[in-house]
Amino acid sequence: MRLISQIGEWFDARLQIAADLRETMDHPVPKSAASWFYVFGSGALVIFGLQVVTGILLALLYVPSAGEAWNSLQALNHNVTMGWFLRGMHGWGSNFMVAIVLLHMVQVFLFGAYKFPRELTWVVGICLLLMTLGMAFTGQVLRFDQDAYWGLGIGASIASRVPIMGPQIVHLMLGGPIIAGATLSRFFALHVFVIPGTLIGLVGLHLLMVLKLGINEWPMPGRVVRRATYLKEYKELVHNDGEPFVPYAIWKDVFFAGILIACVVLCAAYFGPFGPTGRPDPTNIQAIPRPDYFFLWLYALLALLPPEMETPALLIGPVVVLGGLLLMPFFFGEGEKSWKRRPVAVISVLLIAVALGTFTHLSSYTPWSPIMDAWSGEPIPPSDLAHRSALERQGALVFQEKQCHNCHSLGNEGGMRGPALDSVATRLTQDQLIRQVIQGGGNMPAYGKNLSPAQTTALVAFLETLRPEGQAPARNAALADEGTASAPASATTPKK
Amino acid sequence: MSDQNSLSRRAALTKIAFAFNAVVGAVLAVPVIGYLLSPMVRARKNGYSSWFALGDVTKFPAGQTRLATYRNPISSAWDGQTADIACWVRNIDGSQFQVFAVNCAHLGCPVRWFPQSGLFMCPCHGGAYYEDGSRASGPPERGLFTYNHKIEKGELWIDAGSLPTPGGSAFNILNNGKRCA
Repeated sequence: MRLISQIGEWFDARLQIAADLRETMDHPVPKSAASWFYVFGSGALVIFGLQVVTGILLALLYVPSAGEAWNSLQALNHNVTMGWFLRGMHGWGSNFMVAIVLLHMVQVFLFGAYKFPRELTWVVGICLLLMTLGMAFTGQVLRFDQDAYWGLGIGASIASRVPIMGPQIVHLMLGGPIIAGATLSRFFALHVFVIPGTLIGLVGLHLLMVLKLGINEWPMPGRVVRRATYLKEYKELVHNDGEPFVPYAIWKDVFFAGILIACVVLCAAYFGPFGPTGRPDPTNIQAIPRPDYFFLWLYALLALLPPEMETPALLIGPVVVLGGLLLMPFFFGEGEKSWKRRPVAVISVLLIAVALGTFTHLSSYTPWSPIMDAWSGEPIPPSDLAHRSALERQGALVFQEKQCHNCHSLGNEGGMRGPALDSVATRLTQDQLIRQVIQGGGNMPAYGKNLSPAQTTALVAFLETLRPEGQAPARNAALADEGTASAPASATTPKK
Repeated sequence: MSDQNSLSRRAALTKIAFAFNAVVGAVLAVPVIGYLLSPMVRARKNGYSSWFALGDVTKFPAGQTRLATYRNPISSAWDGQTADIACWVRNIDGSQFQVFAVNCAHLGCPVRWFPQSGLFMCPCHGGAYYEDGSRASGPPERGLFTYNHKIEKGELWIDAGSLPTPGGSAFNILNNGKRCA
């Protein structure tokens, strides 16, 4: 024991850091801040450390070349001892890091921790969030599969919409005219050198500010932040009701770190690594690209925005959101910290969470996309074919062959791009059906050129039979004769 | 007095030293920025597109739309499969052709041709196009990107070479690969 302390003293005589370390460990924190709500920041740091370690381990074997990256990932998955596990750790670690950083941000927001004097800590935190998302996107690119390839195409298409500079920005982003070797190399440089380097620097700054300014005290309703008095009040608080960070508060951070790492290990071991999916082969047009989960909400948004809104939303939206986040602490730097006195803050968080959750959920089954193989893979329900005439069954054949099923469902099978047709005959008359099929409209392509008159007749005859038992067919009120117009529509069964 | 003089001399030397570094930094910045912006400079100077043959015209029967693939005219040895690019060739009537990029005009996903319904459909956000490439429905604001083409000695040639994107299309695709004046 004496020897160890002697060695320690020998080193400290030369390093001169023991005093600073002791001061850092002993810095007083408000008792109220030693809470399980305050573990997300350190949790994000721990996951980041884990990502650095697993990232370096993967870099020992990964080949950042467009021609070989996919093969090297396959080798990592299948040929290298525990390679699959380390890929799993890095992939799941990335998911956990995005999630923990967002949780940390929500906690800081709801606890008013961004208010005076911690405005700049929040601003650096927003930069760290951007870096984290940047790591997530560039990491998805390094998993150089078909999702990565077409994801880059989506990124290039978005970047190209910048006025005037758009095409140049695309060439800069891709490193050339197409998504190819130069593209992967520059995303490798971003993912491995540029963004992590910036991250480490900003994390250091973020931590330094937390240490120098002190951790945010637990917000009490009625304890209002004022620039003139806050620093004095905080000093009194940690003096009267403070404890040293070590060991009073740190044990919860350490516990949480262990839980986090254990969760990543379990997920990696149980679910395994992400992909790679198909080869990054642009001539394979059977690809159905999907982004990773943290960008699914954006994927949904791009499908659901009206076309003319899209470019403005893509170009102005991020500026507004980012500007709002960066400026928020300067406009709301004083006042109540407690979420109990900040209903707008709570409602905003809930709204954003519900919106992002809904978009993400929608992206899990993409109702806006045609199901490309429904016409050949999903049959028409037998009940829609029973007791039909030859012409109507011919129409059912046209329905399948012309790929109507890709966008329209029957009996819950098929695409959701257009409305389900199980009861179309109760909504549209024969004339309306013919017009809709031939001319299209309301997001449906016109099929006039691709259907012969006989095919149209058969298809419409089939569609006219599609109504639930007991429900009347649609009728043209303008043409109806007086007798039937006044009487309630007789509920007839579908045609035999 | 002499102390003050020597101090101001030191301060002046420091300033000169910083100024010297600023000059060196500015000189150094020229090659670094040139290196970083080289993909943009090359696009502006030489352009990325060029004419090349897709293959014999007989590969594309009249009245049909077929997928053709080519090696991108600008590529490097380590590009692997990513430099193999596909396009849709439509032979309208035996003498007239249309050549479309596979990239959806919305966000670049690969569109598939469905001959039965005569539509190109995109798997990402539900864009659809008619057989002549014009927009049918969905989020795209325009029709499919088309490449300029010509027929020489029984071969179909196209003018292509860079990824078509909604913002870049006006320059790169429609104007024969040449920039507006």
